[in-house]
Amino acid sequence: MTKNAKINVHHITRVEGHGNIVVNVTDGTVETCEWQVPEAPRFFEAMVRGRHYSEVARITSRICGICSVGHTLASLKASEAALGIAVSEQTDLLRRILKHAENFDSHVLHVYFLVAPDLLGVPSVFPLVPTHGDVVKRALRMKRLGHEWGSLIGGRTTHPTRAIVGGFASLPGGARNVREAEAALRELKDKLLAVVPDAVETYKTLLSLAGGIPPFTRPTEYVALVDDKEYGLYDGKIACLMPDGTQELVDVADYRSVTNEYVVDQSTAKFAKHKMASYMAGALARFNNSHAQLHPEAKKLAVGLGLTAPCFNPYMNSIAQFVEAVHSVYMSVGYIDTLLSKGLKDETPVAPTKFARGAGATEVPRGILFHEYAYDKDGLCTMGNCIIPTNQNHANIQQDFNALVPELIAADKSEKEMELNLEMLVRAYDPCISCSTHYLDVTFKR
Amino acid sequence: MAKVKCAWFDFACCEGCQIELTNFGEPFVQLLENVEPVEFREAMSETTTGPIDVAFIEGSFTRESDRRRLEEIRSRAAVVVAYGACATSGGINALKNHTTDYAEAVYGADKDRPHLASKKALPVSAAIKVDYEIRGCPIDKAEFIRVVTQLVNGTSKVYIPSYPVCMECKRRGTLCRYDDGDHCLGPIAQAGCGAPCPADGIPCEACRGLVDNANQDAMEKVLIENGKLPEQRARDKSRMFTANFRGDA
Repeated sequence: MTKNAKINVHHITRVEGHGNIVVNVTDGTVETCEWQVPEAPRFFEAMVRGRHYSEVARITSRICGICSVGHTLASLKASEAALGIAVSEQTDLLRRILKHAENFDSHVLHVYFLVAPDLLGVPSVFPLVPTHGDVVKRALRMKRLGHEWGSLIGGRTTHPTRAIVGGFASLPGGARNVREAEAALRELKDKLLAVVPDAVETYKTLLSLAGGIPPFTRPTEYVALVDDKEYGLYDGKIACLMPDGTQELVDVADYRSVTNEYVVDQSTAKFAKHKMASYMAGALARFNNSHAQLHPEAKKLAVGLGLTAPCFNPYMNSIAQFVEAVHSVYMSVGYIDTLLSKGLKDETPVAPTKFARGAGATEVPRGILFHEYAYDKDGLCTMGNCIIPTNQNHANIQQDFNALVPELIAADKSEKEMELNLEMLVRAYDPCISCSTHYLDVTFKR
Repeated sequence: MAKVKCAWFDFACCEGCQIELTNFGEPFVQLLENVEPVEFREAMSETTTGPIDVAFIEGSFTRESDRRRLEEIRSRAAVVVAYGACATSGGINALKNHTTDYAEAVYGADKDRPHLASKKALPVSAAIKVDYEIRGCPIDKAEFIRVVTQLVNGTSKVYIPSYPVCMECKRRGTLCRYDDGDHCLGPIAQAGCGAPCPADGIPCEACRGLVDNANQDAMEKVLIENGKLPEQRARDKSRMFTANFRGDA
């Protein structure tokens, strides 16, 4: 048994934003065990007040550089609910492709650049350039594809330009007419199919590294969107899955009954709880809720990597992300086929029919995201509320720490091993702390 | 030639500009032939306390407590490059600068907890000397490479255009937003981005800041008369990315 340990990870690395891990074990007793979030608060909900509905998504997109597509889409959906706008089927399909692009893009970045170094025992991807050059190049190639895929639909992936309230400001690829836009979509489909060999190689790489994933399990509540049209990602109802398999469905409009945010001293980000002391959002929560709707090709890879529902190991979130990335490729190919068979139209964005209050949700790579706005008769925003997945995960990370640290002590782990296990746990959640306010650290006090 | 030791640091921002760097794809490996990353928290666990050739700083200066960290970076870095709108002008974070109740609006009764303290969002240059700026929200990848190339090869001045975004729309043949029944800040917005937003059918929000001596009163008039914006909206329009450039900043 570990007698004493003092871990103080100030600004944990290889995560988006700033967080600290502070653990202090004396004579085998855990005196402190905290997940702290010191990120500089940014006050987006205050900043949208008084802004026109056409500007709001452009502002809230800036909450996060990695999930700016998701913030844009959640924002647009909330504004459209408030403004009484129903978008066209074409807009719905294009947004779904855009959402899949972000999911793929972010998951590739996370699995290869943030998680893989731990499994390979290196501090970052850079030492892998001379030793595993092919893998690094493959990762960069796939990352680039995610970027091109999203940019073709959204204009760009970091703060997309074309997705606006009511539809799209311009056609895919920035095309001047529908014929050119259809050609751009066909080209994208070819690029997507061409990534399959890289995905297969990624599968092999992960299979060879999967032994390094810690076997920790802690059943919790899993919250994610579920959609009768596809594996919950772009749209749907809020599903709250309990460890015993019971699932409660909640309308997005009632999201506050699920998130129940509260302020804690250890964090500039708010925490959240529903039925249990905490809940988990993200790829694993989506997988546990929607695994039956995975594309068959993605399902095969999940089985091969030992991911079966329900999975209670938070470290497996990274594996669920890879499975989703492959799912996103095949789903987007299918959506492109649908769009091409129906024929693209040069549509004008749908105009507001009312000015009221509305909420919208979508899944960003790291979990369910809610935006809510109210507008006055001039279309100016009077209130905004954004509940970010990482905020929803902070309490769950803390609960995991509470369960994991005693296990590590009992297993007689060294301070260094404990620190790595805790850092890897935080990274598995793929936290986006800029999102949640903007920060993450690990600290063990001695 | 020895590789240039580069480090990346972030303050209040979305970290989207560093994400842009990962979007190069395979050519990123080429960059590593000339540049040695020595610290980059989001991508690597390695850190350094030694001297740095070039420090890239992203994000705004929003808390007095961040001043010391900025000064420490400055003391170790031969060259400091502020990149992205947040770092070069305060960016989107400055949209709250004209209000006083922002903490209450977000945190309610908890607003006065000390760890939630935040002041006006300012550029990095409000705390330390900045040698070069790469503007935009997000930055333009090609411009980043151009600046790095100039720094690697030794440069005395990094070129930033002094003309407005309108020039770039005309050059690429983009229909003027005003002719499309919209509004736009292009006439006073700093160019250099290639004007992607109007080309995609949305107004320029001047994310790279304003040109020198921008005629903001005339812009307001154009927003009202040509853009058909109500007066108050026209007055507030340029707060989104250029609050710190405004006459009332």
